[in-house]
Amino acid sequence: MSDAELTPPVSERDHSAGPEDAPVTLVEYGDYECPYCGMAYPIVKRAQQDLGKQLRFVFRNFPLAESHPHARLAAEAAEAAGAQGKFWEMHDMLFEHQDALEAEDLMGYAKSLGLDVPKFARDLKAGTYTKRVRDDFRNGVRSGVNGTPTFFVNGSRYEGSWANEKAFIHTLHEAAQQSGRGTHTTADANG
Amino acid sequence: MTQPATTAHTPAILGAGTRAPDFALSATPDQVLRLSELRGRPVILVFYPADWSPVCGDQVALYNEVLPEFREYGAEILGISVDGVWCHAAFARDRHLHFPLLSDFEPKGEVARLYGAYRAEEGTSERALFVLDGDGIIRWSYCAPIAVNPGADGILDALESIVAKSAPAKAESFRGDAAEMRP
Repeated sequence: MSDAELTPPVSERDHSAGPEDAPVTLVEYGDYECPYCGMAYPIVKRAQQDLGKQLRFVFRNFPLAESHPHARLAAEAAEAAGAQGKFWEMHDMLFEHQDALEAEDLMGYAKSLGLDVPKFARDLKAGTYTKRVRDDFRNGVRSGVNGTPTFFVNGSRYEGSWANEKAFIHTLHEAAQQSGRGTHTTADANG
Repeated sequence: MTQPATTAHTPAILGAGTRAPDFALSATPDQVLRLSELRGRPVILVFYPADWSPVCGDQVALYNEVLPEFREYGAEILGISVDGVWCHAAFARDRHLHFPLLSDFEPKGEVARLYGAYRAEEGTSERALFVLDGDGIIRWSYCAPIAVNPGADGILDALESIVAKSAPAKAESFRGDAAEMRP
């Protein structure tokens, strides 16, 4: 459907990188085993570098588990790492090793990131974050996510091609200008 | 539903309030599925142009993942294209699909035509969605641009509204039953 709007809006529940009051919030619904998400990963990184404090980036899970058999456990691994304060480290690790997402690979990443590995393993085994991942997926479907990656810029689905990096980053800059807040508001509003 | 079936880019697909034409189509090489057999629960009809094409693949992959949510509404989902049964079988196996794909194969596109969802020039169906209530009445329909995956949000909204409408009646009948059972 067109005119897709992000529901629910970004909140404390989300994993976000960048200032809370940044003029642009970019939300990705992604799948750690999806090759297109893997292609989008460095583009998002460059967008983050380019926009700096103008951008807040949020990642939500949208594992297409029937197509990507490792996607769900990988998503839960990122959440389990997030519970130990290392969501983004694991997020990056997974996207940089999309071809090695077996359970033992995940344990190796947990170790190399300095996580409490027994706790991490328990969380995965017990399915502690299964519901959380599924909730992301369900919210994504209701927000009009129809595949991965799907991006939302300030709450509206990005209909252009993210693979056109220049146009994608340009759109983010435009959104920053349109939100009517310059670069000067981040100093004291982030508490 | 206030969202109209978008007509700007489409021929007239059947709209809300219309009785869904019954049909019988092959679900496997030796199984025929008749729509009216599913009476009593909501049915989602997904007409799509072709097995294997990139957008269709994404679309069925998505619906495959959303099946638990569809089932929460007691709904059945049926994919329909002009592909033959063996093609469907291979496609369903490759994508691990857990819902039936029906072959609108002979006479080609006959069912798609009944629903106003046939593209005569291409010889395929439109990318069209219909949500039927338990009485076989179309409650929502939508025809997507051929290259656009329409997602599942419209389907879920329609199912929600069907269940919301039928819930009071059900609640009454439950109350009735309970009253009768009281000693």
